Amino acid sequence: MKARVIVTLKNGVLDPQGKAIEGALHSLGFEGVASVRQGKVFDVELEGADKDAAKARLSAACEKLLANTVIENYSIDI
Amino acid sequence: MKAAVVVFPGSNREGDMARALTQAIGRAPQMLWHGDHELPAGTDLVVLPGGFSYGDYLRCGAIAGRSAIMNAVRSHAARGGLVLGVCNGFQILCESGLLPGVLMRNANLRFVCKMQHLRVERNDTAFTRHYAKGQLIKVAIAHGEGNYEADDATIERLEGGGLVAFRYCDEAGALGGDANPNGSRNDIAGIYSDKKNVLGLMPHPENLIDPLVGGIDGRGLFESLAHAA
Repeated sequence: MKARVIVTLKNGVLDPQGKAIEGALHSLGFEGVASVRQGKVFDVELEGADKDAAKARLSAACEKLLANTVIENYSIDI
Repeated sequence: MKAAVVVFPGSNREGDMARALTQAIGRAPQMLWHGDHELPAGTDLVVLPGGFSYGDYLRCGAIAGRSAIMNAVRSHAARGGLVLGVCNGFQILCESGLLPGVLMRNANLRFVCKMQHLRVERNDTAFTRHYAKGQLIKVAIAHGEGNYEADDATIERLEGGGLVAFRYCDEAGALGGDANPNGSRNDIAGIYSDKKNVLGLMPHPENLIDPLVGGIDGRGLFESLAHAA
């Protein structure tokens, strides 16, 4: 089973890297870019076929390691 | 005082740390490997040195913060044992939950490597008794992710509880502006745990212990620790 975990910065957390990318897009002439926030994607392969169990395991993995919940949110797609 | 220094894959300041501890305490610290499950019996102080543990993969300190030895460090801290984390060690303490908040990318996106003045916020802890309250010290900083952030409630709790250990300042002691090298909230360079037995700081006092290499303002921290147990 394949799953995708997306980790993004919470609203209100300063994202200097996103800001720099936003500035670079502007300087390349990409108009209409209002803001850029940078995040992370994890593609995870899981054994077993139980989607709910997989989601629960990945949630635990996010809480424990993949995301720092002080500053980051996560979402899981299976 | 029996000290131990934890070495993670990618640590690189453990030698400097061991030298500073040896100079102040009079005997060398025990070097521990991250895969160890226990601290040596009678350990008073555990130090997490600077470096780039696990290549800063995922987030700075994230993987080291979940390593086997950190369970033993957590138990040690819960018993009131002393823990010091410098630079990457501070990041590891935050990631492991021993200290609140997080160290984010420097606000100007640059790795900073220079001498920096700090203000010692209090001198009644095991780490700072050999300094004066409000003393200005000059130490080295070298980091790309030293921008301390926490939610407003946490910042209020740190400030209200006197848990800010050191603040960035200029040579006259003024805070803010260019004196803050990385954008840290409230110019925070280091913080204590609630019981003040855990200290994390971004600057490197272990590099300022010999007049030959720029000053000895870092000695006070190690001399304080040497007399703490």
